[in-house]
Amino acid sequence: MIANLELVIDICLLAFLIMIVFASIKITDLFAVTMLFGIFSFVSALLFLDLDAVDVAFTEAAVGAGFTTVLMLSALRLTTRFENVKHRHSLLGLPIVILTGAALLYGVADFPNMGDANAPIHHHLAPDFIRLTQQKIDIPNIVTAVLASFRGYDTFGETVVIFSAGAAVLMLLGMGHVERKQEPEKNLILWVVVKPMIALILIFGLYVQFHGDFGAGGGFQAGVIFASGFILYSLVFGETYARKVIPATILPRLSALGVLIYGVTGLMSLISNKPFLDYNALSSNPVGGQHLGILLVEAGVGLAVFSTILLIYYSFSGREVIHYE
Amino acid sequence: MIIIGWLSDVCLLLGGFLVLTGAVGLLRLPDFFTRLHAASVTETLGAVLLIIGIMLDTGLMLDTAKLILLICVMFIANPTITHGLCRAAAHGGIKPAMETKSPMQNSTPSDSKNIYENQIQTETGVSGKAPK
Repeated sequence: MIANLELVIDICLLAFLIMIVFASIKITDLFAVTMLFGIFSFVSALLFLDLDAVDVAFTEAAVGAGFTTVLMLSALRLTTRFENVKHRHSLLGLPIVILTGAALLYGVADFPNMGDANAPIHHHLAPDFIRLTQQKIDIPNIVTAVLASFRGYDTFGETVVIFSAGAAVLMLLGMGHVERKQEPEKNLILWVVVKPMIALILIFGLYVQFHGDFGAGGGFQAGVIFASGFILYSLVFGETYARKVIPATILPRLSALGVLIYGVTGLMSLISNKPFLDYNALSSNPVGGQHLGILLVEAGVGLAVFSTILLIYYSFSGREVIHYE
Repeated sequence: MIIIGWLSDVCLLLGGFLVLTGAVGLLRLPDFFTRLHAASVTETLGAVLLIIGIMLDTGLMLDTAKLILLICVMFIANPTITHGLCRAAAHGGIKPAMETKSPMQNSTPSDSKNIYENQIQTETGVSGKAPK
């Protein structure tokens, strides 16, 4: 019964996703399309939640629905609201789409069934991860153990990717200026409500950061949540004040510092004659070393993500608006 | 214990009913503001009632505290979001649908006035001129 219910929920959510995709192709109002993208992210987060991938759902909700929507809106501010393209229907597209779709469906036929216990993925690495997490790392959240310890190299790469994304946006767009911009209108209700909300968001960000070993969460999600607190402040009180709280010039340095913390944690194990990112070397007790290593690495990830997200937001919102006809 | 189970059931049913009402209102009401009203008012209470129902059903644990915090956040954030949406709509020039033929006023269609204005007039007792 429960399994059937989950199946029904999955089918409903997937149908929602397909409807949102068609709607966002058809609608020419870019503001509405941005909102639809946000809804799309929320629905996918629900889908991940239904698949018991809480960490992924968390990231999708924070990044996809939260930050990306704000970023799209601040990009939308720089252009026109309505799409200016006439939809031309090319008949050539139809067979290509049908062929690609058929090829994809043909490929899907080779996949193991969803939740199949005999699928290769459940026999190759997953049992080792589950067993070794209990033995060597001893934290409840296996996802964090895999992410920060077993596959620390991958996560290091991801952190560097985030850092380089921030650097690329900075080089392309610059930090922008805030003097020319119009400040948001004063709205007492928003001011009163948003102040305690920001405090709650920041505390929740810290909770997600440091509770990542025990429950859903970790550096990536915490960085986005922490940054969204500041973005909310900037949206309600004006960017001049936000840039006084966190100056734009400090953000690239913080972003680099996050990657540096990660790298130095790896180097410290290298110094004591162990492989790169082997946290056992960090303490006399190997399990304690793992805990310390994961804490440091997650802190580096959180710092890098937080500063990069805020940096990208500043770059977009600090751009001068050009009024089109 | 049985009473708590009953209370939980009542909360869940009432919450589900309110959420359903909000959905119907969102589809049936005439303009943006009334739809927003239907969606926000009923669903704020509906979601909170659903959470309370779940809380009563599962009993006291650490998650109860988290759910209470969630209720607090929803009670503050939901009306504020509605307020923000409403302001943005008013700022963007969306007008409430006022030209309605209401069965409450027994007037001819040509005489159909602004229902909103009429309400204000009856409430304040002012009809164009100040009463002496």
